[in-house]
Parts: sequence; structure tokens; C-alpha cells
Amino acid sequence: MIGQLTAALEQIDIPADWIGIRAMQEVSSYRAMRDGYPQQNRRELNRGAMVEVLAAGQFGYSATNHLTAQSLRQAAQKAYEQAIAASQWAVHHFTQTVRPAIKGSYRSPYAKPFDSLSVSEINDLLRRLCDRLKVSAAIVRTSAIARIHEIDTWFVSSNGSEVHQRLNLIEGHLGAIAQAPGVTQSRSDNGYLARSYQGGWERFLDDTLWARAERIGQQAVALLSAPNCPNEATTLVLAPDQMMLQLHESVGHPIELDRILGDERNYAGGSFVKPADFGQLVYGSPLMNVTFDATLAGELASYEFDDTGTPADKAYLIREGVLQRGLGGLESQERLGVPGVACTRACSWNRPAIDRMANINLEPGETDFDTMISRIESGVYMESNRSWSIDDQRHKFQFGCEYARKIENGQLTTLLKNPNYRSTTTQFWQNLDQVGNHHSLKVYGTPYCGKGEPNQLIRVGHASPACAFKNIEVFGGVS
Amino acid sequence: MSLQESDARSLGNRFSTEEDTANIHHGNTKNQPKTKYENAFHQILAALKKQLKQSHFKFSVAGEESQFTRFNGAKVRQTGQVCDSKMTLTLISEESISERISSAESTATKPTLKEESSLAELEAGYRTTTLSLPFVGEFETDWQSLKPALESLQTELINLPIDPYVVLPSADDRTPRAHHSREIYAGKLLQPSQLIEALLSPVQSLDFSGLYAGGQAYRGYADSAGKQHWFETPSFTLDYSLFEQVGESKAAVKGTLAGHQWTQNDYEQSIATAQEQLTMSARARKQLQKGRYSTYLAPAAVADIIDTIACGGGLGEAALRQGNSPFSRLEKGEAVLSSQFSLGEDFQRVGRPRFNADGEIAPMQLPVVQHGRWVEALVNGRSEQEYGKPSNGANGAEALRAASVAPGNLPEKDVLRALDTGLYVSNVHYLNWSDLTAGHITGMTRYACFWVENGEVIAPIENLRFDDDLYRFLGEGLIALTDRQTFVPAVGTYERRSLGGMWVPGMLINDFRYTL
Repeated sequence: MIGQLTAALEQIDIPADWIGIRAMQEVSSYRAMRDGYPQQNRRELNRGAMVEVLAAGQFGYSATNHLTAQSLRQAAQKAYEQAIAASQWAVHHFTQTVRPAIKGSYRSPYAKPFDSLSVSEINDLLRRLCDRLKVSAAIVRTSAIARIHEIDTWFVSSNGSEVHQRLNLIEGHLGAIAQAPGVTQSRSDNGYLARSYQGGWERFLDDTLWARAERIGQQAVALLSAPNCPNEATTLVLAPDQMMLQLHESVGHPIELDRILGDERNYAGGSFVKPADFGQLVYGSPLMNVTFDATLAGELASYEFDDTGTPADKAYLIREGVLQRGLGGLESQERLGVPGVACTRACSWNRPAIDRMANINLEPGETDFDTMISRIESGVYMESNRSWSIDDQRHKFQFGCEYARKIENGQLTTLLKNPNYRSTTTQFWQNLDQVGNHHSLKVYGTPYCGKGEPNQLIRVGHASPACAFKNIEVFGGVS
Repeated sequence: MSLQESDARSLGNRFSTEEDTANIHHGNTKNQPKTKYENAFHQILAALKKQLKQSHFKFSVAGEESQFTRFNGAKVRQTGQVCDSKMTLTLISEESISERISSAESTATKPTLKEESSLAELEAGYRTTTLSLPFVGEFETDWQSLKPALESLQTELINLPIDPYVVLPSADDRTPRAHHSREIYAGKLLQPSQLIEALLSPVQSLDFSGLYAGGQAYRGYADSAGKQHWFETPSFTLDYSLFEQVGESKAAVKGTLAGHQWTQNDYEQSIATAQEQLTMSARARKQLQKGRYSTYLAPAAVADIIDTIACGGGLGEAALRQGNSPFSRLEKGEAVLSSQFSLGEDFQRVGRPRFNADGEIAPMQLPVVQHGRWVEALVNGRSEQEYGKPSNGANGAEALRAASVAPGNLPEKDVLRALDTGLYVSNVHYLNWSDLTAGHITGMTRYACFWVENGEVIAPIENLRFDDDLYRFLGEGLIALTDRQTFVPAVGTYERRSLGGMWVPGMLINDFRYTL
């Protein structure tokens, strides 16, 4: 494909300063069972190319799903006309320095190939998982989902870039809803599709699968008779599957450079973070170390190069509580004059690349989980996100979880339902009191990070240990 | 100082008039020539019928040619075009008991009597599988990619379990007039070469950000039972914000326009109205404590709440039966909402197709909640199979596609007087369920929101988080609805440009609960 695209690129005859073609092919299958019956057996081939042109300091783009040399030439011409039409109104005069010349490749690691299970085996697996989830008659709905994607991206450019990246992704979900008169409770496998990884079937068929399915069903039923989470200010311990959401919403998004530049403020919003905050802002307690890490094998958003060809690595975004750098690619770094990372990404061939999260992780600390709990006289432990909302400056948030336990005198005790908490971002992170060690670190991901105009849903990964936060307002539902 | 109720959202040219709608139903569009996409769609359909003979199938396409131009600070951040479409084929195969026995015989392992008995206990059923591929609108190219995929689909089909709730293609006698539809809208959009100057020239003195999204969009459906539908329209949405620095923060207002035809005067009028609100917003903000306040939710805010409570499937039969709906108590008659509140679908004025993924046509109007009481759920063909309630043409998610909240009696000019003292909320942001099945919803105020005392606007507010129970704020807490509906366009562009929007009035609510 690189050869075809390079040949097509050579046939494009426009007076542009730079031309790039990013072609993509995504082969997906979606398998879902509900209550043991097939809900979805769908396959999809999505294929197309984004042609991007730099002319008179402005980028223009044109994307097409018709991958012929003629179509690509026409797309380049349209992209050129877009750039010229906008050049006198450009928000910034770019040069090709924001499109580095690069050659390389990347491939997701995997052990058990996707074709090692037939469609009938996958359906049978999901049906049996539904059976396992239904631990009693109180379970009124079970669901099991497996989605796989093989994504090839090829990037060539007029300044010599040639990149091929092959991603193998698997996204899994288990869920159960339990009902008793007047009460309904749900439990899932660390949140909807939170078990999303790069890799093969080994990521789905791990040793804990069947025990997890049974536990999900049992916990959904147990929650029916649990009391509501109390309303109080207390020590809050978040499991890694809720830390995923906490990191995503209150760290990842606020430090995106395009939000700070105002590109995003008509849609997802801006940020309380100011350009002068980099290197200065005390975002959290000294225990807070957050990294952008595109190198963690198996995490959902690992890659070698972003969608502009910028090489990716691991970098500290927040070190010992102080904001170091933002989530922004070369365009935003140049416009804002602050350090960023290789995270200019597009959800597909039909959208332009913008500043996105990839893998945003909280680095583990020193405390094992049992020790963390033993140090807490009174508190609440929460798992698995079920509700999230935050303001357009990423300041005031309210998040809810599926499952909670009281912490009393250093022990996990009473099961609690409908747990929620609310706070403001820097106040919350400055109350970070304990960070779990590498034993409690878990890796999750989500296919559903929404942002951008036109809108884009992109995949992100988050790894975190369990963490404890002091003096947080928690609350429950209606009894 | 007073607020103009006609916020910027209401100024867009509407998607269709009563006259347009009448034309569509009287078939005035049938003489419109087919576009290349419609031509290719019909050619593929003919080839599929020939290839698949007696098999059950459903075939659909969805696509667009779109211009996307993103603005920041009254300048262009990104601009480009996207030509994207996909075709989706669903195959359904029937397996009868005799076929299964015959299949066993053909493998030379004739079933024993016991095995035959076991097979006989199995009900005949259907298997189904779906494949989506790129659709470029050229028959030779598209058929070349689809034809070889048919064999792999048929191979996959025989390896799948029986799906007891398959919706077979059928030309149901209940709706004989709804088997075929063709809606082609005409319009006039900005050309890419004109677009940027037309939008940015009037706002050069303003901090203007947003997205123009426009172009041709089309949807098609056909099946082996003979249903055929085609919908094609030019359309645009402009979703923008104006900002003004006030101290260390920025005042902001939101505006939207949508339609088939760009009218520069409408745009400039929208900007002028937004500027008026921005002037009011660009003052020192009042910091309110959490608590309960009387609140007026302007139509844009109401639309976001309706979008959350009614467009996510909670009004659907499946969600109700599977314990996944906040409306269970309402449906069971254990709770009622305010007699002023009526919610349903109204496709008359929204500019989007009525057919669903099974080729069923939804009624032009469908009441779901009327005068605070449950009427009927949204039901699609799959739920009809599973729960035995007749389909009313709902989509796959059983979500409202053309939501309409009935207006009330409060004249818009009297909104501030009726509010007296409380909050005027223009927009809300990032809504979510804080407790789905209990009906608790949370979110933030956003853009031009004001503190009002004795019917006078006093000051813009610092944004607040709300968290309230829909049974309360749409129940006894609902004081009044304005006497006019406003069209709030769907401006989403995930995967492709959204079509349509919803018609809603403003709402005056008592003791709306703010928590942070």
C-alpha cells in the first residue's frame, strides 16, 4: 500500500508546500449476546484516505473512500483549494516543520490471533458467559460483547514520510442487571467496554474471565439489598477502573493544548489551565505522577507515531504534583509555545487529526492495597464508573460508580449502592493521600472519547493503581 | 434590562414547512432525477435480488458529501471536505427442522431415532448476519466489493446460532402505503469558495468560534420483500459561540442555524441577537451558593435535557422490559408527570427520514407521554418479536428521532416576570444520569445564564452543577411551558452529520436543585 500511495502522491500536480496521504483500513467484527441470544453479528470494512495539503501557510483537507489514483488526485486538488480559500483567514501560519519526515512501522503485540476462534466458537463463548452472569432469577438482563478490530494506517508525504502501523484491538464487555421490587442495580466488567486492549484473544480469554462473570452477577444481586452510599465528606478510595475515568476527565482533557488555545471551546469546552501554568501549577499532591505513555505494550492507544508522523514516547505530564507539559502535537506546541507530546490523532481516515489523549497513566506509588485500606479509619471504596459529568472548563465534576464498600477501622465492610462523589479538579488531586503500588495497577481503555469539530470518537488507554483521597464529598441515591 | 426569548437557535431557516411536508406526501419529488448515489443503490439492489433469489435480505446505504470548516477567534482553524458512505447488507436464513435433518442425512450420519427426536424438539429459526462496506456510488466498484462478500456472509450465516427475534423483511398489510418512499429536498448552500468570507466578514470584531457543516446527505433502504425508501437532502448546520473577556474569565453565548438553504441575512441577524446576549453576559458574575432556585430553562437547555432523557432509549420497550429505563414508574402508572408535559415524535418539521433499519415508516406523530401520563413506548420490530407489542417504527435504539415537547401557555415576553427571582439558564452542558433507574439527572449550566430578581436580570452567574429528579422537575416542579416551540437543530457530527432536530418550548421550574 505504501508503494501505491507513493505512486499516487507523485501523480499529484498542485503547487502545494506539502502534501500528505493518510490511508486507513479497519476490519471489524461486532459480536454480542443478550440473555444468551444473539444480539449482534456484524462485520465492517471501513476504508478511505485523508489527503492533507499545506499551501500559503494553511492546511486544507479532503477525504475520500474511493481509493483510486484519480480520486486521490481530485482530493488533493480540493484540499489545495480549501487551503487557499482559508489562507488569508488562517489562525496560524504553518510550515512543514509540523509534519516531520519519518519512516517506520509499528505492530500491536498479540499472542492468540483473531482467527483462532471461529464465529460459532465466539457466539458459544458469549452465550456461556451470559449463562454464567445469570446467577439467580433476580438477574433480568445479561450481556456479553466481543469486538475486534484490525486497523492498518499508511502515511506518506511529499517530504518523504513512509509509515505503516498495524493495530490489533479487542474490546470486551460483560454486564448484568438485577431487579427486586422497587430497586434495580447494574454491575459490569470494570465499566462499559473498559476491557479494551491491543492484542489478541488472550486479552479476552484470560484466567479470570469466568470468575469475573460470576462475580458480576453475584454483586449485581447483592447490591439490591445494600444501603445507599452515605452523604458525607470522607476518605475516598478509588479502584483502578474508576481512576481511569478520573484521570481521563480531570487530568487528560484539561491539559489538552487545543482546549487551552480555544479550538474546542464551542464544543467540549476550554480549560481552567492557562499557558503560564506549565512548569508552575501545583495540580495535585506530591504523590501525583501522570505520564503520557504510547509505549506500554497492550494498552489500547499505544503507537509509534501519531497521525502526523511525529514519533511517540513516554513523557511526564505531571511530576510530583506539578504540571510539566500538555497534551498537544506539534501544531499546538508551535501556536502556544509550551511543551507537548506526539498526540495529534484522528479517529479515522475521514476526520482531521487534532490533539487527543492516547495512553494517560498514573504512575504507581509505594503502598499495597491492604495497607492503604488499613490506614483509613473511616471512608468509602468505589469501583467501576457508571456516571460522569464535568463542566466546560474541567473544574466542577460529579462521578458515580456501580459498587462501593464502607471502610471502617482499616477494613472494607458494608456493601453500598448508588455511590457518587463530587469535587473540583485541583482541590481533589491535592487531596491525593495514598497511591497504590504496582501490584494494584490495572490497565483499562475506552473506545469512546468524544471531542472535536467535526466530532470524533477515539480510543484511549488508562493505567492506574488504586488511590486514596482525603475529605471528598460522597453521596448516595434515594432510599 | 430584559432578555429576548428568541435566542439565536430559533432564527435558523426551518427544515420544512407544512407546505413542504404536503408536497413530500403527495409525491411531488418523484420526478426529481436520481443522483449517482440513488442510481447506484438501485443497480446494486437489482443485482442483489438476482444473486440472492429467494433469500431474505435488507440493504441500506448512508452517506454524505460534507464541507467542514472550524473557526477559532474569527479565523479558520481547520477546513476540508469529506466524501464518505457505507452500504450495509443483512442476510437472514431460515433453518427448518426438515432442513436440519436433511443436512444431517447429507453428511452420511443419519440421525438415530433419539437424535431425530432431539432435532424435532428444536424450533425452526432464523440466523442473521450483517456486513458493512464502503459505498462510493459507482455500481461497478461497489458491486465488485459486495459480490465476493456474499459468499463469506452465507458461510458465516450457517455457523451462527438461531436468533429468535429476527425481524424478517415483510410488506406488512398494516401499512401498505408505507412500503415505498422517496423524499428529495432541494436547497442552496454556500460554496466552499464563498463560505469563509460569508461567515467571517460579519464577525471580524468578535471572538467567534464554531463549526460550519454542510453538504449533501442521503439514506436508502430496500429489502427482499419489496420495501424501498430513499431520502436525500442538502443541509447545513452552523454551531457557534461568541466570547468576550471579562476580568480573568470569558463571557460566552451560543448560537445555531440550520436548514436546506443558507440565508446570509438570517446569519447576520443571529449574530446580532447573540451579541445582545453577550453584552448582558459580559459583566461581573454572581457566585451563587448551591441550593434550590426557581429556574427558567430556555429551549436550547430543554433540548439537551430531552436529548438525555428521551433519546438514549429510555422510552423504548426494550429498556423498559430489561430494567434499563428511568420511565418504568411512569409506564406502570406508579408516577405521573405534570399535566402540562407532553412528549412525543413529530416528523412533520424536522427534515430527516422516517424509515428505520427494517424499512418501517414511523407515524408522522406519536405521543409517548401526554398530559403527564404514559401513552406508549417506542417499539421497533425486534422488540415486537420479543415482547409482542406492535412496532411503531422506532429505530434500533428505540430513541426519539424527532422529539417534540408540546408548548404551554406562558407568553415568551412574560418569562422574566413569571420567573420573578431565580435563574435564567440558556444552555446546559455534559448531562448524564446520576441515577438512571431513579430518574436523577446531572449537568452544568453553560453560556449565557443569569440571576434574575423581581423580573429583572441582575447579573450573569458562575456556572453551577445541577442534580435533580425528573419526576420532580417535570412533575410538581414544572410551573409553566412557553407558548411557542423553538426548533433546536441536531448539530452532532459523530460518524456523519446528524439530520433533523427537535421542537421544544422553554420551561419554568420551581426549586431546581443545584449541588456544586
